[in-house]
Amino acid sequence: MIEIKDLHKSYKMGANSLHVLKGINFEVADGEMVAIMGSSGSGKSTLLNILGILDEADKGTYHLDGKIIENLNEKVAAQYRSKFLGFVFQSFNLISYKNALDNVAMPLYYQGVKRQIRTEKAMHYLEKVGLADWAEHLPNELSGGQKQRVAIARALASNPKVLLADEPTGALDSTTSYEVMELIQEINDEGKTILIVTHEDDIAHMCKRIVNLRDGVIINDSTVEQVRAKSIENV
Amino acid sequence: MFSLERWQEIFETIRKNKLRTFLTGLSVGSGIFILVILLAIGQGMQNGIASEFEQDATNRISVWTGVTSESYKGLNPGRRIQLDNSDYAFAEAKNLDKLEYKSGVYSRWGQLTSYKTENGSYRVEGVLGDYQFLENATLTAGRYINQNDIDDFKKMAVIGQRVYQDLFKKGNAIGEYIEVSGVKFKVVGIYTDPGGEREENRIFIPLSTAQRVFNAGDKLRSMAFTLEKQDNFLDALAASEAFTAQLEADLKAKHIISPTDERAVRINNSLENAKRFYDLMFMIRWFFWGVGICTIIAGIVGVSNIMLIIVKERTKEIGIRKAIGAQPISIIGMILHESIFVTAIAGFLGLVFSLFLLEIVGPLIETDYIKNPSVDFQVAFTTVIILVIAGALAGFFPAYRAASIKPIEALRDE
Repeated sequence: MIEIKDLHKSYKMGANSLHVLKGINFEVADGEMVAIMGSSGSGKSTLLNILGILDEADKGTYHLDGKIIENLNEKVAAQYRSKFLGFVFQSFNLISYKNALDNVAMPLYYQGVKRQIRTEKAMHYLEKVGLADWAEHLPNELSGGQKQRVAIARALASNPKVLLADEPTGALDSTTSYEVMELIQEINDEGKTILIVTHEDDIAHMCKRIVNLRDGVIINDSTVEQVRAKSIENV
Repeated sequence: MFSLERWQEIFETIRKNKLRTFLTGLSVGSGIFILVILLAIGQGMQNGIASEFEQDATNRISVWTGVTSESYKGLNPGRRIQLDNSDYAFAEAKNLDKLEYKSGVYSRWGQLTSYKTENGSYRVEGVLGDYQFLENATLTAGRYINQNDIDDFKKMAVIGQRVYQDLFKKGNAIGEYIEVSGVKFKVVGIYTDPGGEREENRIFIPLSTAQRVFNAGDKLRSMAFTLEKQDNFLDALAASEAFTAQLEADLKAKHIISPTDERAVRINNSLENAKRFYDLMFMIRWFFWGVGICTIIAGIVGVSNIMLIIVKERTKEIGIRKAIGAQPISIIGMILHESIFVTAIAGFLGLVFSLFLLEIVGPLIETDYIKNPSVDFQVAFTTVIILVIAGALAGFFPAYRAASIKPIEALRDE
């Protein structure tokens, strides 16, 4: 599904250049659930942004579902994002003046889905994340966990091949975090490929594979025994 | 641009961002409103000045006399110069082929006039038949003074609309007798004058009768002439200036007045005044256009500012939309569509509101200097279009930039 080779990325910080990713080689197969771990500044978010075509690499190749991603103009990039990718952000990034249902329906709008079908599908995904009763509420009327679940529903709405989550539990308390992770695990159970950036060990262990980054290189990449979020919640 | 989906999206955005929409609309709407009102006031001032000027024939030349201010040929200054019938006959005979209308005038101020129990004090002027046209008066009933009245010293009177209202209220006046300074006159006509009440507050009687009734012998207070029409304004102005200069020289020679004496014989040439009025109107028109254009520029700057702020404010939203699959063109389209829609509606609201106000308030304005303020609809309409296009252009560049940058940069924007 995802295949990257020798990926480099640096940022210009005034006169200096900050080399964030220093040659990443990395593959993700269909249906995997991967945690990308590392301390802050290790380059994990940058890697995710490049994988999500929100940002561009300086050097190296990136294949997404067999298609090479390089030098895309914004138009094609938007098409790929719409078709292949769903995003979940740490700060939710919901549109504040749209209610939950409209937020979830938005990716479908950009796919050109008609309004009625859009609303039906969006409602379906809201039910899936357990927020059907909150469809008409604005984001600021929802709790953090609810907002993140709306964001997940939105990411799923366009039926992407890969779900990318950047610190999805970073702004949530641990109980809510586990609820969100449980939801993500269920989505993975249905066969969706998921990448999660996190710096929390317990969250990482709820995935099936952990990739450890330090100073822009992968120092460890191992399959782990998945801890089900549900079992922890019940304790 | 015309897809229903886009419209729904935009209406939703507008509905959820009422303040932003209101402020954008307010700046455009008030800009148009101010512009239309300004242009209308400019037009009103032009109309006002033009109508001031219509009270007498536009090419009227008036002659009256005063007291000499210089000694000349052994005569002392301070000598009162009196016009009489011979002066009029002399001027008429000399310029017979050039003159269109002509009249000598003998007038008295404040003559007590009564009809039955009503009375009032009016200016009474003895004139010739041509005087109607020199005054630019229009008859609303009856006839004007004619040559027959003058030849036979008839006691006929033509009264102003105002005099008619005072003395007769709404009753019949033609054929009725009014008493002017103790002498009975038969009313033969009622006139109206574009100069308004001040000009309609007079009674005209035959010149010969006036001279006899007021014991004036053959004295005249003033003389009035117009010259034959010319093809264009400059020719008319040149002819009338030449005539004025010649007439002044002739009268001064006849009455033994120094050629440099400016007080003894005075000639007022309306056409010269007309030129000044036309220059003034030209200035007023350009002034208001200048102000109007500055208003439009201020409006454009205002709209541009608001568009910049709107795009800036929505940068993060643009990032989110792009992250979930929005095409750059759809982002630009969304912002432009919204801005054009809002500015167009607000612009036309401002236009309609200002036109409405002009329609209601315009006729109520009663001052000599502003009359019937109105605006060329096409000009106002064009201005609205210009502002809408300016708003769209001002929105396009920041929207294009915001849609082109990488989503990750837009998302970082707080």
